[in-house]
Amino acid sequence: MAVLIILIVLVVVLALVGIVLYNGLVRSKNQVENAWSQIDVQLKRRLDLVPNLVETVKGYAEHERATLEAVIEARNAAIAAPDTPADQAQADNMLTGALRQIFALGEAYPELKANQNFLALQEELTATEGRVAYARQFYNDSVLTYNTKIEAVPTNVVANMLNYSKREYFEADEAAREAPDVSF
Amino acid sequence: MFELIRANKRRSVLLVVGFMLVVVLVGAAIGALVGNGPVFTLVALVFSAIVAFGSYWKADKIALGVSRARPADPQQYARLHNLVEGLCIAGGLPTPGVYVIDDPAPNAFATGRNPDHAAIAVTTGLLEKMNRVELEGVVAHELSHIRNYDILVMTLAVTMVGAVALMTDLAIRMMWWNGGRVPRQGDHGNSNNPLAIVGFVLLILAPIIAKAMQATISRQRETLADVSACQLTRYPPGLISALEKLKEDTTVTHSASTATAHLWIEQPMSGVGDRGKLGGVHKLFETHPPLDERIALLREL
Repeated sequence: MAVLIILIVLVVVLALVGIVLYNGLVRSKNQVENAWSQIDVQLKRRLDLVPNLVETVKGYAEHERATLEAVIEARNAAIAAPDTPADQAQADNMLTGALRQIFALGEAYPELKANQNFLALQEELTATEGRVAYARQFYNDSVLTYNTKIEAVPTNVVANMLNYSKREYFEADEAAREAPDVSF
Repeated sequence: MFELIRANKRRSVLLVVGFMLVVVLVGAAIGALVGNGPVFTLVALVFSAIVAFGSYWKADKIALGVSRARPADPQQYARLHNLVEGLCIAGGLPTPGVYVIDDPAPNAFATGRNPDHAAIAVTTGLLEKMNRVELEGVVAHELSHIRNYDILVMTLAVTMVGAVALMTDLAIRMMWWNGGRVPRQGDHGNSNNPLAIVGFVLLILAPIIAKAMQATISRQRETLADVSACQLTRYPPGLISALEKLKEDTTVTHSASTATAHLWIEQPMSGVGDRGKLGGVHKLFETHPPLDERIALLREL
């Protein structure tokens, strides 16, 4: 009788521990997914701002057609990029480089630099770029927690049973590590 | 981090219990002095319970109100809003309320009871004097307070320290009235009452205990928030140069009061130098570690 009670208690305790571990794992996984969609939200916001910027700059810098076209091209490439960390990163870095060149135009055209709209867009784009970076940072932090749980005892047992697999980190590629060169 | 949050919640409970204990003791002390023990003890118990519950739900509003903070306009303070939103994404936090305070001294604080009910307030002086990365460092410091649940303990302390100060002040006044009264028959026995002496000592000690409590709450918390801030921005030089600017600036934050002193990123009242005769004692009541120490620690990151 006593043995039976001990056995029942043991099973119940094990089940409870299992539930807690499982819930923790699910929470981590959802956080990773939420973090990933957050990057998308910020990237989209940035893409939406680009046409406004191009319109504003057009009026002041007619002769910089090449720079403006490069931005539009980079934007289209970013929209078409497949939804994996690596591809998105590449498309996004191109856009970042192109945008830097537009902001550099502000130095060459004083009237543009004095334009309120241009300044507001510049602040908005800088902030959004920061947000994208922060969203990625949060994504990587979430992936770190999640991957650690998948590998570490005792959550790895639960993860194995559920076939949860490790997630890919977001990594900046070689091109992004170097500062984009701005030419006039 | 989770240990930190748990410790903060535990400390909040301790603070509430400690506060209620002090208030009840003071109430009993007043009762012993005036000669109506049980009634005063009961009044003190009810009063402390009301303040404790009120603190939990309303202390953030009180802290913002006392500092005369107003909601920051998203258009006018676009940069501040952008920085707060960006850093919230980095920390996976809901966006807190953003407030500004019209004060030329650069300073900032965070308040609330949990990340879902939080607010950060910065002075207009801070917005003027800091560049983007420095402001980002300061905002990250405040958001760390929110993320670590420091705000809960710190905000509770605002109202509780305030209440203890108010109460002892009142008690001492009552004693004056009592002292000025024409002595009646049987009244002189009062001075021999040992309880009365204990009560008197308690009255004097209560505000000191409250102040020391406030100081211990705040000090390590600031260095911790500095480090967590760098974990958010991944850029220690931003906060370092912000702290250096705060160090150089000697304007006193007028919007701060003794009760809210420990909330701010930089100690709002100018302290006496640490080398003075009372250096050690004074240090007990400092709500913040010296800025030099904080900067040196960040340099090591």
